[in-house]
Amino acid sequence: MTPAASPMAQLPSPSGLRPTTEPPLVRRLLIGIALLFLTLFLFLPLASVFVQAFAKGIGFYLKTLSDPMAWSAVKLTLITAGISVPLNCVFGVAAAWAIAKFDFRGKNILLTLIDLPFSISPVISGLIYVLVFGAQGWLGLYENADKPWFPWLANWLNDHDIHIIFAPAGIVLATIFVTFPFVARELIPLMQAQGRTEEEAARVLGASGWQTFWRVTLPNIKWGLLYGVILCNARAMGEFGAVSVVSGHIRGQTNTIPLYVEVLYDEYNFTGAFAMASVLAFLALVTLAIKIWVERKNTALNTATNNHQ
Amino acid sequence: MAAAKNRVLPGFRLTLGYTILYLSLIVLIPLAAVFWKTCTLSWAQFCRDITSPQALAAYRLSIGAALLAAALNAVFGLLVAWVLVRYRFFGKKLVDALVDLPFALPTAVAGITLATLYSPSGWIGQFFAPLGIKIAYTRLGVLVALTFIGLPFIVRTVQPILEDLDPEIEEAAASLGANRWQVFWRIILPTLTPALLTGFALAFARALGEYGSVVFISSNIPMKTQIVPLLIMTKLEEFDYAGATALAVVMLVFSFVLLLAINVLQWWTNRYNHTSLS
Repeated sequence: MTPAASPMAQLPSPSGLRPTTEPPLVRRLLIGIALLFLTLFLFLPLASVFVQAFAKGIGFYLKTLSDPMAWSAVKLTLITAGISVPLNCVFGVAAAWAIAKFDFRGKNILLTLIDLPFSISPVISGLIYVLVFGAQGWLGLYENADKPWFPWLANWLNDHDIHIIFAPAGIVLATIFVTFPFVARELIPLMQAQGRTEEEAARVLGASGWQTFWRVTLPNIKWGLLYGVILCNARAMGEFGAVSVVSGHIRGQTNTIPLYVEVLYDEYNFTGAFAMASVLAFLALVTLAIKIWVERKNTALNTATNNHQ
Repeated sequence: MAAAKNRVLPGFRLTLGYTILYLSLIVLIPLAAVFWKTCTLSWAQFCRDITSPQALAAYRLSIGAALLAAALNAVFGLLVAWVLVRYRFFGKKLVDALVDLPFALPTAVAGITLATLYSPSGWIGQFFAPLGIKIAYTRLGVLVALTFIGLPFIVRTVQPILEDLDPEIEEAAASLGANRWQVFWRIILPTLTPALLTGFALAFARALGEYGSVVFISSNIPMKTQIVPLLIMTKLEEFDYAGATALAVVMLVFSFVLLLAINVLQWWTNRYNHTSLS
């Protein structure tokens, strides 16, 4: 695919340049403009997170991170990701199995519906859970109804003072919603491309359904699955808008790391905000690094299978 | 949905059933709540909420800034994709990897960082302040934030098409006497158009709903620097759930139309891609 591989490229053109490339000056100019754009919008922002985080020295940085408030934010973020990522992972595998291995009507509609959370504003993602579980929402109506269905459930909810909105449960739900498509979206095209012949062969040779899944399908999709989980996790830990709507900002109780960043920033504790933000920025860099690693594995795997055939 | 014919593989009912159940519980039923809440509003009230001057100003800013940001990204994203595919330079692999940063970086982090950088005393803002240009806390700031988050979309949709472009077509054009600019304008750009439009639409859709990165860099002044998601948030903080929901319905309908357009564009891109490969 390189220009040098074709005979035309080896012919000298009148100007001494290959006909399918630009003069060196233009090339350098284009590289320069592209890098300037990326510097303004990408490199400087990334660098400034870490510079601002250490603006008051390493002592202040460590003090910010070891604050009990910071710890409770880290804990809630880990719990949120720990619940939402496995749930969406199981869903992603199930959805990919149904969609990639079988033919049924309405598949395209199902695919569009799975992608839906991506095209919804994070603020609306939070809002819908407020409307379901808020005091003025469905749950509130149910608890306060004169003659509710299942009176024991309404009584139990009222007795135990169950809160979902402005509580960790709401944060977990909103996070599940915004990270809903990640794993499914990675796995569906991958499993569709792989087809079903290998699984069918395993079945014909006498493997059970689970054996087929664990021994044939899972090894084939493990890198795609890992990639989906990594992306899902990054978003789960970093989600701000949706979580902000349902959290109610109760300090030490309903702050995730991104929400705590906002609290510190609004208190004009900029260095503290950037210290917390640097943790998330570091997580983003690790995510990118794993992404590249997985992509390399995939390319290596593809070339290996292509050579094999 | 009809069952699959002559299935060898097990688990169709289990996985499809679970998929539909989970989808309904997490996405469809909560989404229905938005339309239920809207139905509790009278038609007149609904119309008043979605056409208030504040809402109209927010639509204008949201759509205008998202379009401008997507356009900026279309130009510079194409340039970045071009440079990454065609040229060699120091640190290219690192640059290529970092293009995805706006996908991975939490929006709140992007928000406080951009607000600090582009404020009058910030690293970048200090060069604009003497010229009388304020970026942070103005509409320009909204544009900066939306450009940041839309950056990877164009690069990542254009890049694979550019990589697959057959050099022989360009050579043929050059041998027939076209200069480099003509080749780009008449051969390369038309081939990239579907991908560019798809990337543009994706960046636009993302920018329209964006909240986290904008909330810090926008001063959130009604009629001036308030985008639609910020207006919804303001209404929620005032416990005006019905008003917030009415605006949410407008945004949802708009996003669904956009989603449809993106699906059509993606189908077009793939078709283009396949014909150029065969």
